[in-house]
Amino acid sequence: MLKQAFVAVLFVATGTAFAAEDKFKLVQAPGAAQVQANCVACHSLDYIQLNSRFLDRKGWEAEVTKMMKAFGAPVKKEDVPAIVDYLSKEYGKQ
Amino acid sequence: MKRRTFLAATGGAFTAGAVGALAPSIARAATALWQPGELADGTVASALLDALPGKVPLIKRSFRPANYETPLEYFRTEFTSNEAFFVRWHLSAIPEVTLRDWRLKVRGDASGRVAEFDMAALKRDFPQVELAAVCLCSGNRRGMFQPHVPGVEWGIGAMGNARWKGVRLRDVLNKVGVKPGAMEVAFNGADRGPFPETPDFVKSIPIEKALDENTLIAFEMNGRPLPHLNGFPARLVVAGWTGTYWMKQLTDIDVRTQPQGGFWMNPAYRLPAGRFPAADRFPTQETQANTPITDIVVSSLVTSIRGGERFRLGQAVDVSGIAWDGGRGIRDVQVSTDSGRSWRPAQLGRDYGRYSFRQFSYRFKPEKDGVYLIMVKASNNRGDAQTMDLVHNPAGYHHNVVQRLMIEVA
Repeated sequence: MLKQAFVAVLFVATGTAFAAEDKFKLVQAPGAAQVQANCVACHSLDYIQLNSRFLDRKGWEAEVTKMMKAFGAPVKKEDVPAIVDYLSKEYGKQ
Repeated sequence: MKRRTFLAATGGAFTAGAVGALAPSIARAATALWQPGELADGTVASALLDALPGKVPLIKRSFRPANYETPLEYFRTEFTSNEAFFVRWHLSAIPEVTLRDWRLKVRGDASGRVAEFDMAALKRDFPQVELAAVCLCSGNRRGMFQPHVPGVEWGIGAMGNARWKGVRLRDVLNKVGVKPGAMEVAFNGADRGPFPETPDFVKSIPIEKALDENTLIAFEMNGRPLPHLNGFPARLVVAGWTGTYWMKQLTDIDVRTQPQGGFWMNPAYRLPAGRFPAADRFPTQETQANTPITDIVVSSLVTSIRGGERFRLGQAVDVSGIAWDGGRGIRDVQVSTDSGRSWRPAQLGRDYGRYSFRQFSYRFKPEKDGVYLIMVKASNNRGDAQTMDLVHNPAGYHHNVVQRLMIEVA
């Protein structure tokens, strides 16, 4: 909590010099590259951490499907399994 | 109660003692970034204080589209300043709209004609009115749902109260003409999705609500032009209904004889049929399975104390905050300091109208040391009250559970 607050203070003090959303880094693990490549066109990647860790594999699968079907995100079909694996493992309910 | 149990019960998100030792600026940030204990760990970890252009530091939930909530401190006044007002966008392409380029178009198969207004015409041709009203995101407190549901994981601050100045939508519609058979009025704003396939954010309301005297096309907020991030140059104000209908950067009004379709009307912003029986109806959009979210449910927020705070024996404890609902008006706010066994009425503050935040306050002096569970429950003039248990629903709307704040007196 305190470390987080300290980071926040630094962030505010230095203002917009940071490209804000680049401050968020995905956990580096297999699948991160596919998530980066397919998701970032529509939204910042902090949405993933924001929604963690309470979705199980089915839950993350439903989110990815929603992005493609409801929001028209051009996610590469061959990347979907790696994306769902990554989200379930790194940001899913264990 | 042992100290460890006490911290666990309050969520451990805020410990007053630890903050006191830090430099003042850091202490302030830590205070502003306070998170309700029920938020998921990832939600807390991803939050930070960040100042968007024209805004004070708000609690960042997502960078893009920008979803930022107002810290608790700013709810200690009835009105929420423009700089601290929460920011909520669905789609990431948000243009800077200039007054010179902005036009408001009125059209549709139930519109008497096609008409276009610029800001000068809007201000010149119609009487201007001002209304105090709460703008509250349907998903406010979604992050506190148990079990958690996906979405923007809001804490307590996806809401604000402002004095909205503008013209009545009904005056504009009546000037243009409304044909018999008008069923809904749909609204579009200047924002867009990143891909042509992304559904545009379009929302409709029943014709009756569109003709309500408290539905406005607002161009001022708290005496100043709307901030860009809150919908400059004009946004819809649907007093009493949740923020999803309050279209920002309003450019298009469609008077319709048919229900509005599209993702944002259905399946988005839906409640399971029958789960909130007191809600305003929206019959032309209802299905067997679900109904659109409509009016704001009665709720309250304690702003004077936080769970986990410690007091000295003999010190008075001030339990104050704000209450609101969807336009029936607040009837009373009851406070319990003994885990819900007995309740006493709080004193209500000035009445700014039935759509506004209403302040309340209650003071008590604990007679002995120990742990006190404080609860606050608001009721409206129809008799609706905050719920003791969450009425769960898949999209995470209408969280109005009675707050439970544990304090320690020693």
